[in-house]
Amino acid sequence: MLLLHTTIVHKPAPVGQDIHSEEFLRRLMRRQLRLSIICAATFLIALLGLPLVNYFFPELMARRIFGFTLTWFILGVLFFPLVWAIAWVFIKKSMALEAAEVREVCAAEVERMKLKK
Amino acid sequence: MHLDPWILTFSLATVAATVWMGFWSARKSRTAHDFFVAGRSVSVGWNASAISGEYLSAASFMGVAGMVMKNGYDALWYPVCYACGYLFLLLFIAGPLRRFGAYTIPDFAEGRYDSPVFRKIAVVFVLFIGFFYTMPQMKGAGTTLAYIFPGLPYWAGVLLVGAVITVNVALGGMKGITLVQAVQYWVKMFAISVPIFVLMAVCGHYGRQIEENGGGAAPQIPPSLNKTNVVLLTKDDLEGLRKASANTVSRITKKPMPEKAPADSTWLNPFGPLTTKAAKAAKLSPEESKPYSLLYTYSLIIALVCGTAGLPHILVRFYTNPDGAAAKRTTMWVMILIGVFYLFPPIFGVIGRNLLPELYAATGAKGTDKVVLELPRMLNERFPGWGSVLSGITCAGAFAAFMSTFSGLLVSMTGALAHDVYGRILRPRSTPEQRLKAFKVCAVIVGAFAIVLGMQVEQFDINFMVGQAFAIAAASYFPLLFLSAWWRNMSMKGAAAGMLGGGVLALAGISLTSFSDLKWLPLEAFWTGHPLLRILCEQPAIWAVPLAIMLMIVVSKLTRREVPVDVRMKMLVLHAPEKLGLKQEYIQEHVQAH
Repeated sequence: MLLLHTTIVHKPAPVGQDIHSEEFLRRLMRRQLRLSIICAATFLIALLGLPLVNYFFPELMARRIFGFTLTWFILGVLFFPLVWAIAWVFIKKSMALEAAEVREVCAAEVERMKLKK
Repeated sequence: MHLDPWILTFSLATVAATVWMGFWSARKSRTAHDFFVAGRSVSVGWNASAISGEYLSAASFMGVAGMVMKNGYDALWYPVCYACGYLFLLLFIAGPLRRFGAYTIPDFAEGRYDSPVFRKIAVVFVLFIGFFYTMPQMKGAGTTLAYIFPGLPYWAGVLLVGAVITVNVALGGMKGITLVQAVQYWVKMFAISVPIFVLMAVCGHYGRQIEENGGGAAPQIPPSLNKTNVVLLTKDDLEGLRKASANTVSRITKKPMPEKAPADSTWLNPFGPLTTKAAKAAKLSPEESKPYSLLYTYSLIIALVCGTAGLPHILVRFYTNPDGAAAKRTTMWVMILIGVFYLFPPIFGVIGRNLLPELYAATGAKGTDKVVLELPRMLNERFPGWGSVLSGITCAGAFAAFMSTFSGLLVSMTGALAHDVYGRILRPRSTPEQRLKAFKVCAVIVGAFAIVLGMQVEQFDINFMVGQAFAIAAASYFPLLFLSAWWRNMSMKGAAAGMLGGGVLALAGISLTSFSDLKWLPLEAFWTGHPLLRILCEQPAIWAVPLAIMLMIVVSKLTRREVPVDVRMKMLVLHAPEKLGLKQEYIQEHVQAH
């Protein structure tokens, strides 16, 4: 780890593949933002959709399930596991993404060292 | 009402344990680092418990149950969105902020825009939102103590609790508080869940209790049965009959509702009393008021979800994690911990409606707000003594709630004052020892100020004040953090314009409605004529958040030349994995440049 660190900090890397390039940052942010937005969209559809369903289908949402009304059951009970599931998927994916980014940078660094030799 | 020995014992034990833990960990925190961010070495489990402990305030512990009891379904958005806001924090803000590595939000504001002026603006906002959020905690303290010691004046409760926490923070700093808050989360969890399970075992479970409230879908004898010529009974008819008979049997346990209580159907179904208040005041028909109600619901959701992501005392805690991955795991655990917690307060509200409807008659702290404290005592009728024990446990939980939230706020506000105002603005060359001393002095100053403010808010509603803090945070900090992390063309002027514009206008809207509710402004007639404006002022998030974002984008475009020159490097630090070690490089470059 320390080795990797010093390599990147002290050797000015050639333009193109290196982590200071515009291209690298753009791709990095786009990938992260894509993941965040997909997760947020899933969650927002449920969160912002529920009032709409309540609005347009009041009879359906007033049906009884285990004594609750359907809408009470969704909001008061089912919502929490949904949020946990989304968070869990996001954490898994974003950690995998970070690992992949580190691997790519390392691989590019190794390539460059080989070329220099 | 007489002084209940069990309630007194449990409450005193909580206070004593808090003080003891504060002193105990005070011996362990020595350096300035320990005081500000707990040495950045708090483990995921401790930190998650501490964040949850800090977050579950008096409003969550007492207020949510009271709101559900009073307003029914609509109030369920509060606990759900309090929990969901964390998802937004995780998805968009937690990772970048942690990688950037600064002590406080003002640090982030200055680092991201290279602007000491912006730091000052951010400090003012930290203190401002912080004080807004401490007032309801103080109110919770005052009213709970008045419940435990009948006859004790409100101000004495505020003074007592405020003084205990202030001493604790001054001695232990962030590290001491982390331990105290983590323990207090589990106190709260125990205090809310155990009495609920006992109550549900004795009086019927959650779903059954809701079933008691017939609402719009009240089971009736199927109409087809009333016709004499019908001979065939369908399966649905039989089901309906069974439910109807079950209902008449169980109705016995439900007490008659006083006049002030909302009717079953409005309480149970969406778009009830909370969201239709303005439209009702304007004398609109139920059908006409539904769109207003929908608008109110959306605005409330936006305020709560974005507000969570913007509360300064929560954000500071992300810096106490060793690395970004730990910060993410912490957020996951926080969501689980507070999600599980938030399942319970609504159950108190539902059972309270069925068994303690007399609370509807009073308002504020004497009314539905104290259902959590009062409800377990019902069990005294059937199991003498045990009801008081359970009530004592919930009182202890209430103590833990406002004590931990207040201490967290005190740490973040003291941090802002000691670290930013003293350490950066007044005495940039101060030694670590001087800063440590400054932290302690600032804790006392902030604590004293919070106590004085708390004494002034006796007639305000706990949840209303919390809502204000959330709406202001949603319209100021959330757009700032979100755009700063993801949009590189933001300039300092854009950020400041959006934050101030959104925050101040949201505050103005809220103040207008609250001043007219307190009869300081004669606006009643105006509101009944313009229910839409009333909703937009009372719940400003739906326009204030987009407005703040628009302001940021427009002003940044106008001041394009002032975007920091090294913005690419800053963005890289915000987004590149920490393993690449870009932060050290950034710091080196920065030191050379200055």
